[in-house]
Amino acid sequence: MLDAEFFRRWMTVTAASVDREAERLTALDSPIGDADHGTNLQRGFTAVRAALEKEPPATPGAVLTLSGRLLISSVGGASGPLYGTLLRRTGKALGAATEVSREQLAEALRTGVDAVRQLGGAAPGDKTMIDALVPAADALGDSFAAARAAAEEGAVATTPLRARKGRASYLGERSIGHQDPGATSSALLIAGLADASGPTGAAEAADE
Amino acid sequence: MSDGKLVGIVLVSHSAQVAASVAELATGLAGAGTAVAVAPAGGTEDGGLGTSAALVVTAAASVDGGAGVAVLADLGSAVLTVKALLAEGDELPEHTRLVDAPFVEGAVAAVVTAATGADLAAVEAAAAEAYTYRKV
Repeated sequence: MLDAEFFRRWMTVTAASVDREAERLTALDSPIGDADHGTNLQRGFTAVRAALEKEPPATPGAVLTLSGRLLISSVGGASGPLYGTLLRRTGKALGAATEVSREQLAEALRTGVDAVRQLGGAAPGDKTMIDALVPAADALGDSFAAARAAAEEGAVATTPLRARKGRASYLGERSIGHQDPGATSSALLIAGLADASGPTGAAEAADE
Repeated sequence: MSDGKLVGIVLVSHSAQVAASVAELATGLAGAGTAVAVAPAGGTEDGGLGTSAALVVTAAASVDGGAGVAVLADLGSAVLTVKALLAEGDELPEHTRLVDAPFVEGAVAAVVTAATGADLAAVEAAAAEAYTYRKV
Protein backbone atom coordinates (compact mmCIF):
# COMPACT_ATOMS: atom_id res chain seq x y z
CA MET A 1 0.00 0.00 0.00
CA LEU A 2 1.10 3.59 -0.64
CA ASP A 3 1.17 6.01 2.28
CA ALA A 4 1.66 9.78 2.63
CA GLU A 5 5.43 9.26 2.82
CA PHE A 6 5.34 7.57 -0.60
CA PHE A 7 3.48 10.54 -2.10
CA ARG A 8 5.92 13.01 -0.54
CA ARG A 9 8.73 10.99 -2.06
CA TRP A 10 6.96 11.15 -5.45
CA MET A 11 6.83 14.96 -5.29
CA THR A 12 10.41 15.27 -4.00
CA VAL A 13 11.83 12.95 -6.64
CA THR A 14 9.89 14.86 -9.32
CA ALA A 15 11.18 18.20 -7.98
CA ALA A 16 14.74 16.86 -8.24
CA SER A 17 14.27 15.64 -11.82
CA VAL A 18 12.60 18.92 -12.83
CA ASP A 19 15.69 20.68 -11.42
CA ARG A 20 17.94 18.36 -13.39
CA GLU A 21 15.93 18.63 -16.63
CA ALA A 22 14.88 22.29 -16.43
CA GLU A 23 17.25 23.38 -19.16
CA ARG A 24 16.14 20.57 -21.46
CA LEU A 25 12.46 21.43 -20.89
CA THR A 26 13.11 25.08 -21.63
CA ALA A 27 15.11 24.12 -24.73
CA LEU A 28 12.17 22.04 -25.97
CA ASP A 29 9.87 25.00 -25.26
CA SER A 30 12.09 27.36 -27.20
CA PRO A 31 11.21 26.49 -30.85
CA ILE A 32 7.45 26.02 -30.27
CA GLY A 33 6.67 27.83 -27.02
CA ASP A 34 7.89 30.81 -25.04
CA ALA A 35 11.00 29.15 -23.61
CA ASP A 36 9.99 29.17 -19.97
CA HIS A 37 8.61 25.68 -19.30
CA GLY A 38 11.65 24.46 -17.37
CA THR A 39 12.08 27.55 -15.20
CA ASN A 40 8.34 27.79 -14.53
CA LEU A 41 8.02 24.19 -13.39
CA GLN A 42 11.22 24.48 -11.38
CA ARG A 43 9.76 27.42 -9.48
CA GLY A 44 6.54 25.46 -8.84
CA PHE A 45 8.12 22.23 -7.67
CA THR A 46 10.64 24.10 -5.50
CA ALA A 47 7.67 25.63 -3.69
CA VAL A 48 6.04 22.19 -3.43
CA ARG A 49 9.17 20.58 -1.98
CA ALA A 50 9.64 23.36 0.58
CA ALA A 51 6.01 23.18 1.75
CA LEU A 52 6.02 19.39 2.05
CA GLU A 53 9.21 19.50 4.12
CA LYS A 54 7.89 22.20 6.40
CA GLU A 55 4.49 20.71 7.12
CA PRO A 56 4.11 17.16 5.82
CA PRO A 57 0.43 16.40 5.18
CA ALA A 58 -0.91 13.25 6.82
CA THR A 59 -2.61 11.54 3.88
CA PRO A 60 -1.80 10.78 0.22
CA GLY A 61 -4.74 12.91 -0.88
CA ALA A 62 -3.57 15.87 1.21
CA VAL A 63 -0.03 15.67 -0.21
CA LEU A 64 -1.39 15.94 -3.75
CA THR A 65 -4.01 18.64 -3.08
CA LEU A 66 -1.44 20.83 -1.31
CA SER A 67 1.06 20.29 -4.14
CA GLY A 68 -1.55 21.13 -6.75
CA ARG A 69 -2.54 24.29 -4.97
CA LEU A 70 1.06 25.44 -4.78
CA LEU A 71 1.64 24.78 -8.46
CA ILE A 72 -1.40 26.88 -9.39
CA SER A 73 -0.16 29.75 -7.24
CA SER A 74 3.54 29.71 -8.03
CA VAL A 75 4.24 28.58 -11.61
CA GLY A 76 3.19 31.70 -13.57
CA GLY A 77 2.54 29.93 -16.90
CA ALA A 78 -0.13 27.58 -18.24
CA SER A 79 1.61 24.55 -16.76
CA GLY A 80 0.71 25.83 -13.26
CA PRO A 81 -3.07 25.54 -13.50
CA LEU A 82 -2.76 22.40 -15.64
CA TYR A 83 -0.43 20.45 -13.33
CA GLY A 84 -2.12 22.01 -10.31
CA THR A 85 -5.50 20.74 -11.46
CA LEU A 86 -4.02 17.31 -12.23
CA LEU A 87 -2.61 16.85 -8.73
CA ARG A 88 -5.46 18.51 -6.89
CA ARG A 89 -8.17 16.45 -8.58
CA THR A 90 -6.14 13.26 -8.22
CA GLY A 91 -5.67 14.07 -4.53
CA LYS A 92 -9.35 14.80 -4.02
CA ALA A 93 -10.26 11.52 -5.71
CA LEU A 94 -8.05 9.69 -3.18
CA GLY A 95 -10.14 11.14 -0.35
CA ALA A 96 -9.01 10.92 3.27
CA ALA A 97 -7.52 7.41 3.16
CA THR A 98 -4.16 7.07 4.96
CA GLU A 99 -3.03 4.38 2.50
CA VAL A 100 -4.09 3.65 -1.05
CA SER A 101 -3.34 0.85 -3.51
CA ARG A 102 -1.66 1.36 -6.85
CA GLU A 103 -4.97 0.50 -8.51
CA GLN A 104 -6.75 3.20 -6.49
CA LEU A 105 -4.07 5.69 -7.49
CA ALA A 106 -4.50 4.69 -11.15
CA GLU A 107 -8.23 5.33 -10.87
CA ALA A 108 -7.70 8.69 -9.13
CA LEU A 109 -5.08 9.72 -11.69
CA ARG A 110 -7.60 9.06 -14.45
CA THR A 111 -9.98 11.48 -12.70
CA GLY A 112 -7.16 14.04 -12.53
CA VAL A 113 -6.29 13.60 -16.19
CA ASP A 114 -9.95 14.02 -17.15
CA ALA A 115 -10.02 17.31 -15.21
CA VAL A 116 -6.95 18.54 -17.11
CA ARG A 117 -8.58 17.58 -20.40
CA GLN A 118 -11.63 19.58 -19.41
CA LEU A 119 -9.64 22.62 -18.25
CA GLY A 120 -7.43 22.83 -21.32
CA GLY A 121 -9.88 21.40 -23.83
CA ALA A 122 -7.19 19.09 -25.21
CA ALA A 123 -7.71 15.59 -26.60
CA PRO A 124 -5.14 12.86 -27.25
CA GLY A 125 -3.15 13.71 -30.39
CA ASP A 126 -3.26 17.48 -29.81
CA LYS A 127 0.47 17.44 -28.86
CA THR A 128 0.03 18.25 -25.17
CA MET A 129 0.71 16.72 -21.76
CA ILE A 130 -2.43 14.63 -22.30
CA ASP A 131 -0.50 12.49 -24.81
CA ALA A 132 1.79 11.28 -22.00
CA LEU A 133 -0.72 11.27 -19.15
CA VAL A 134 -3.55 9.26 -20.71
CA PRO A 135 -1.40 6.21 -21.60
CA ALA A 136 0.39 6.50 -18.24
CA ALA A 137 -2.85 6.45 -16.25
CA ASP A 138 -4.02 3.46 -18.27
CA ALA A 139 -0.76 1.55 -17.76
CA LEU A 140 -0.55 2.33 -14.04
CA GLY A 141 -3.13 -0.39 -13.52
CA ASP A 142 -0.44 -2.88 -14.59
CA SER A 143 2.66 -1.52 -12.85
CA PHE A 144 4.69 1.60 -12.06
CA ALA A 145 7.26 0.55 -14.63
CA ALA A 146 4.59 0.20 -17.31
CA ALA A 147 3.27 3.68 -16.50
CA ARG A 148 6.77 5.14 -16.79
CA ALA A 149 7.33 3.47 -20.17
CA ALA A 150 3.89 4.51 -21.47
CA ALA A 151 4.42 8.16 -20.49
CA GLU A 152 7.86 8.25 -22.09
CA GLU A 153 6.54 6.65 -25.29
CA GLY A 154 3.62 9.06 -25.31
CA ALA A 155 5.96 12.04 -24.96
CA VAL A 156 8.25 10.87 -27.77
CA ALA A 157 5.21 10.19 -29.97
CA THR A 158 4.25 13.90 -29.85
CA THR A 159 7.21 14.76 -32.11
CA PRO A 160 5.51 14.20 -35.49
CA LEU A 161 2.22 15.73 -34.33
CA ARG A 162 0.91 19.15 -35.25
CA ALA A 163 0.04 21.24 -32.17
CA ARG A 164 -3.62 22.09 -31.77
CA LYS A 165 -3.49 23.70 -28.32
CA GLY A 166 -1.58 26.48 -26.64
CA ARG A 167 0.99 28.82 -28.12
CA ALA A 168 2.50 26.08 -30.31
CA SER A 169 -0.80 25.82 -32.22
CA TYR A 170 -0.14 29.23 -33.79
CA LEU A 171 2.87 27.68 -35.53
CA GLY A 172 0.72 25.20 -37.44
CA GLU A 173 2.89 22.95 -39.62
CA ARG A 174 6.05 24.35 -38.06
CA SER A 175 5.19 22.71 -34.75
CA ILE A 176 5.78 19.33 -36.41
CA GLY A 177 9.12 17.68 -35.60
CA HIS A 178 9.44 19.00 -32.04
CA GLN A 179 8.74 16.92 -28.95
CA ASP A 180 6.10 18.61 -26.80
CA PRO A 181 7.57 20.14 -23.61
CA GLY A 182 4.40 19.50 -21.57
CA ALA A 183 4.28 15.83 -22.55
CA THR A 184 7.98 15.63 -21.69
CA SER A 185 7.53 17.09 -18.20
CA SER A 186 4.51 14.82 -17.70
CA ALA A 187 6.79 11.86 -18.42
CA LEU A 188 9.13 13.20 -15.70
CA LEU A 189 6.23 13.32 -13.24
CA ILE A 190 5.31 9.70 -14.00
CA ALA A 191 8.98 8.63 -13.88
CA GLY A 192 9.09 10.26 -10.43
CA LEU A 193 6.17 8.09 -9.42
CA ALA A 194 8.01 4.96 -10.57
CA ASP A 195 11.20 6.08 -8.81
CA ALA A 196 9.29 6.74 -5.59
CA SER A 197 8.24 3.09 -5.62
CA GLY A 198 11.91 2.16 -5.26
CA PRO A 199 14.52 0.80 -7.65
CA THR A 200 12.93 -2.63 -7.54
CA GLY A 201 9.36 -1.44 -7.23
CA ALA A 202 9.61 -1.90 -3.46
CA ALA A 203 6.26 -0.28 -2.81
CA GLU A 204 4.72 -2.68 -5.26
CA ALA A 205 6.45 -5.70 -3.78
CA ALA A 206 5.16 -4.72 -0.36
CA ASP A 207 1.71 -4.72 -1.91
CA GLU A 208 1.88 -8.43 -2.68
CA MET B 1 -30.11 46.03 -10.56
CA SER B 2 -28.47 45.30 -7.28
CA ASP B 3 -29.32 47.94 -4.66
CA GLY B 4 -26.68 50.48 -5.60
CA LYS B 5 -23.83 48.00 -5.51
CA LEU B 6 -21.81 47.76 -8.69
CA VAL B 7 -20.25 44.71 -10.30
CA GLY B 8 -16.45 44.77 -10.03
CA ILE B 9 -14.19 44.04 -13.00
CA VAL B 10 -10.83 42.23 -13.03
CA LEU B 11 -8.59 42.28 -16.11
CA VAL B 12 -6.07 39.44 -16.29
CA SER B 13 -3.36 39.77 -18.91
CA HIS B 14 0.07 38.23 -19.46
CA SER B 15 1.44 41.76 -19.30
CA ALA B 16 1.15 44.22 -16.43
CA GLN B 17 1.12 47.11 -18.92
CA VAL B 18 -1.65 45.59 -21.04
CA ALA B 19 -3.86 44.94 -18.01
CA ALA B 20 -3.28 48.43 -16.61
CA SER B 21 -3.77 50.17 -19.96
CA VAL B 22 -6.98 48.31 -20.80
CA ALA B 23 -8.28 49.15 -17.32
CA GLU B 24 -7.46 52.82 -17.96
CA LEU B 25 -9.07 52.72 -21.41
CA ALA B 26 -12.26 51.04 -20.23
CA THR B 27 -12.61 53.33 -17.23
CA GLY B 28 -11.96 56.39 -19.39
CA LEU B 29 -14.56 55.38 -21.97
CA ALA B 30 -17.12 54.66 -19.26
CA GLY B 31 -17.06 58.35 -18.47
CA ALA B 32 -15.38 60.58 -15.96
CA GLY B 33 -15.99 59.69 -12.36
CA THR B 34 -17.37 56.22 -12.96
CA ALA B 35 -17.76 54.40 -9.68
CA VAL B 36 -17.01 50.94 -11.10
CA ALA B 37 -14.06 49.26 -9.43
CA VAL B 38 -11.67 47.94 -12.08
CA ALA B 39 -8.48 46.12 -11.08
CA PRO B 40 -5.71 44.97 -13.41
CA ALA B 41 -3.90 41.69 -12.66
CA GLY B 42 -1.14 41.59 -15.22
CA GLY B 43 2.06 39.60 -15.50
CA THR B 44 3.85 37.70 -12.78
CA GLU B 45 4.57 38.99 -9.30
CA ASP B 46 8.17 39.73 -10.22
CA GLY B 47 7.13 41.87 -13.18
CA GLY B 48 7.60 39.28 -15.94
CA LEU B 49 5.20 38.08 -18.60
CA GLY B 50 2.77 35.42 -17.37
CA THR B 51 -0.01 35.00 -14.87
CA SER B 52 0.08 35.28 -11.11
CA ALA B 53 -2.70 33.55 -9.21
CA ALA B 54 -1.90 35.74 -6.21
CA LEU B 55 -2.36 38.97 -8.20
CA VAL B 56 -5.69 37.67 -9.56
CA VAL B 57 -6.93 36.80 -6.06
CA THR B 58 -5.88 40.20 -4.69
CA ALA B 59 -7.45 42.08 -7.60
CA ALA B 60 -10.74 40.20 -7.28
CA ALA B 61 -10.93 40.89 -3.55
CA SER B 62 -10.21 44.58 -4.13
CA VAL B 63 -13.14 45.12 -6.54
CA ASP B 64 -15.71 42.99 -4.74
CA GLY B 65 -18.46 45.33 -3.62
CA GLY B 66 -21.05 42.61 -3.07
CA ALA B 67 -22.64 42.63 -6.53
CA GLY B 68 -20.27 40.09 -8.04
CA VAL B 69 -17.01 40.19 -9.96
CA ALA B 70 -16.57 39.77 -13.71
CA VAL B 71 -13.12 38.54 -14.74
CA LEU B 72 -11.79 38.98 -18.28
CA ALA B 73 -8.58 37.22 -19.33
CA ASP B 74 -6.42 37.37 -22.43
CA LEU B 75 -4.60 34.15 -23.36
CA GLY B 76 -3.52 30.65 -22.29
CA SER B 77 -2.32 30.72 -18.71
CA ALA B 78 -4.43 33.78 -17.84
CA VAL B 79 -7.60 31.89 -18.78
CA LEU B 80 -6.45 28.60 -17.22
CA THR B 81 -5.36 30.24 -13.97
CA VAL B 82 -8.73 31.94 -13.49
CA LYS B 83 -10.54 28.67 -14.26
CA ALA B 84 -8.34 26.77 -11.81
CA LEU B 85 -8.94 29.40 -9.10
CA LEU B 86 -12.69 29.23 -9.68
CA ALA B 87 -12.48 25.44 -9.32
CA GLU B 88 -10.74 25.88 -5.95
CA GLY B 89 -14.03 27.28 -4.69
CA ASP B 90 -12.70 29.52 -1.92
CA GLU B 91 -10.01 31.60 -3.62
CA LEU B 92 -12.20 34.18 -5.37
CA PRO B 93 -15.16 36.18 -4.01
CA GLU B 94 -18.58 34.59 -4.18
CA HIS B 95 -20.29 35.39 -7.49
CA THR B 96 -17.09 35.69 -9.47
CA ARG B 97 -17.36 34.73 -13.13
CA LEU B 98 -14.85 34.28 -15.91
CA VAL B 99 -16.46 36.15 -18.79
CA ASP B 100 -16.00 34.75 -22.30
CA ALA B 101 -15.20 37.95 -24.19
CA PRO B 102 -12.53 39.67 -26.29
CA PHE B 103 -10.14 41.35 -23.87
CA VAL B 104 -10.17 45.02 -24.90
CA GLU B 105 -13.65 45.34 -26.38
CA GLY B 106 -15.14 43.11 -23.71
CA ALA B 107 -13.52 45.15 -20.94
CA VAL B 108 -15.02 48.38 -22.28
CA ALA B 109 -18.47 46.78 -22.60
CA ALA B 110 -18.22 45.30 -19.11
CA VAL B 111 -17.18 48.52 -17.39
CA VAL B 112 -19.72 50.68 -19.24
CA THR B 113 -22.50 48.21 -18.44
CA ALA B 114 -21.44 47.82 -14.80
CA ALA B 115 -21.49 51.62 -14.46
CA THR B 116 -25.24 51.61 -15.19
CA GLY B 117 -25.80 49.45 -12.11
CA ALA B 118 -26.47 46.32 -14.17
CA ASP B 119 -26.14 42.94 -12.46
CA LEU B 120 -23.43 40.34 -13.11
CA ALA B 121 -25.42 38.47 -15.77
CA ALA B 122 -26.00 41.69 -17.72
CA VAL B 123 -22.33 42.66 -17.48
CA GLU B 124 -21.34 39.21 -18.68
CA ALA B 125 -23.79 39.36 -21.61
CA ALA B 126 -22.56 42.79 -22.68
CA ALA B 127 -18.94 41.70 -22.63
CA ALA B 128 -19.67 38.49 -24.54
CA GLU B 129 -21.66 40.44 -27.12
CA ALA B 130 -18.46 42.26 -28.07
CA TYR B 131 -17.53 39.08 -29.97
CA THR B 132 -20.33 39.72 -32.47
CA TYR B 133 -19.06 43.12 -33.52
CA ARG B 134 -17.34 42.50 -36.88
CA LYS B 135 -14.81 45.06 -38.07
CA VAL B 136 -14.87 44.38 -41.77
